[in-house]
Amino acid sequence: MAAGLMRLPVFRKQETVSESNEKHLVVPGDVITSDTGFMRGHGTYMDEEKLTASVAGEVERVNKLICVRPLKTRFYGEVGDVVVGRITEVQQKRWKVETNSRLDSVLLLSSVNLPGGELRRRCAEDELAMRDYLQEGDLINAEVQSVFSDGALSLHTRSLKYGKLGQGVLVQVSPSLVKRQKTHFHNLPCGASIILGNNGYIWLYPTPGQQDEEAGGFHTSMEPVSLPDREVISRLRNCILALATHKVMLYDTSVLYCYESSRPHEIKDLLKPEVMEEVVMITRQRLVEQAG
Amino acid sequence: MAGLELLSDQGYRLDGRKPSELRKVQARMGVFTQADGSAYIEQGNTKALAVVYGPHEVRGSRSKALHDRAVINCQYSMATFSTAERKRRPHGDRKSSEMSLHLKQTFEAAVLTSLYPRSQIDIFVKILQSDGGNYSACVNAATLAVIDAGIPMRDYVCACSAGFVENTAVVDLCHAEESGGGTVMSLALLPRGGQVALVQMDARLHQDHLDALMEAAMTACRSLGQVLDGVVRQHLQEVSVLTAE
Repeated sequence: MAAGLMRLPVFRKQETVSESNEKHLVVPGDVITSDTGFMRGHGTYMDEEKLTASVAGEVERVNKLICVRPLKTRFYGEVGDVVVGRITEVQQKRWKVETNSRLDSVLLLSSVNLPGGELRRRCAEDELAMRDYLQEGDLINAEVQSVFSDGALSLHTRSLKYGKLGQGVLVQVSPSLVKRQKTHFHNLPCGASIILGNNGYIWLYPTPGQQDEEAGGFHTSMEPVSLPDREVISRLRNCILALATHKVMLYDTSVLYCYESSRPHEIKDLLKPEVMEEVVMITRQRLVEQAG
Repeated sequence: MAGLELLSDQGYRLDGRKPSELRKVQARMGVFTQADGSAYIEQGNTKALAVVYGPHEVRGSRSKALHDRAVINCQYSMATFSTAERKRRPHGDRKSSEMSLHLKQTFEAAVLTSLYPRSQIDIFVKILQSDGGNYSACVNAATLAVIDAGIPMRDYVCACSAGFVENTAVVDLCHAEESGGGTVMSLALLPRGGQVALVQMDARLHQDHLDALMEAAMTACRSLGQVLDGVVRQHLQEVSVLTAE
């Protein structure tokens, strides 16, 4: 077999920027207002009584509060967000979890469901056996329970929805591309399931069968995944990458539409820029049609 | 004068520029997807690539973490093929570590580090092709990368070099002008407020000329600031059009 096809650089398309864009865009150092009646929000600072932007992005006004939302940033957690993260450290009574946030998040031993049901008491042995439940490098999904004063997040997995993740594929995108929705867990009709973490970590896995209540989310199936399932997951992964490169918001409908419009192409071809562009264009059209 | 004639009788420099003229600047933001922020800049033949990771948990020894602000970690390196003579050590030599330190000082002055206690911000800069003004290219590229990463800054940091040749201040020196042994000043400026983030000068200069040289460098930094501003606004427009629902 010949090695990968050599590709020449292509000229970037100049995006046609319409002047009728009524968004208020600012760059660091731009004075937003010199009126002192406003409140200073994220992405701004006071410079000699003038409210000044400190990041490049879009100005958001809520009554008297002025914020600047950067286009791309690390994950700002809020209570109730669903996150996917990786254990980086096992400490006393807590795990440290990397969640694309600016400080590592904390998962306390007291905020996980241990095997044996919800009402189990925690004892010293549990503390010693923490590494048996979750060890460094394990992927988990969890919910944000609270935010500490320094911005670090405290997570919990006290529901059967959450826990350790088994076999699947992780895709990392910018957190701002994940649309906030009522639910971030979807069993897609194409035969795979998806967890859209608010932190931009997306987990693709084969749709599970019946779940065992006693396992408390620590049991992971190690049975081989069938080839069709793996193909569906790979296709979904490439679709998400295509949507992310073209900055389309990710939610169940957009992922599904992209999956369907990618059907005529081979899975590996979806990584080619021109195929990506075509698939994303069709997806965009369908989304617009659906919106009415 | 024995060596090269850096300024012709007509007042033109080696590459045909006027003393106060900058080289052509081309820049692009968001060149990598895996990094939090990245940028590429070309200033004439000097090309630099900057990548920003963070703010994230302090890696390595935890004792480095500061309880009231973020740590800025800079690493400057030059590609082995960046100079006429092939470099043996791309980073870690004395010159590079000094440059890393200067970059760190510059960005500590501009980034609002107090917003991120106990975190770390990594700035990695690489010179791909070196033709004078390495420090300024690095600072300008890193500024764009920091903005791309969405890290709050007081203002842009723009840097430019300036030298003094035959009683004239010349700005944005190329390699030939820089290696002549004359005075070279590197200046990093926050253009809106006019605060100086860093000044560095090699060789001696008469005190009477200092003001003129500083003024020339600052004017050059301001015009560079306008170019960077244009790049950022263009990038902002393009991305926000795409993400619009």
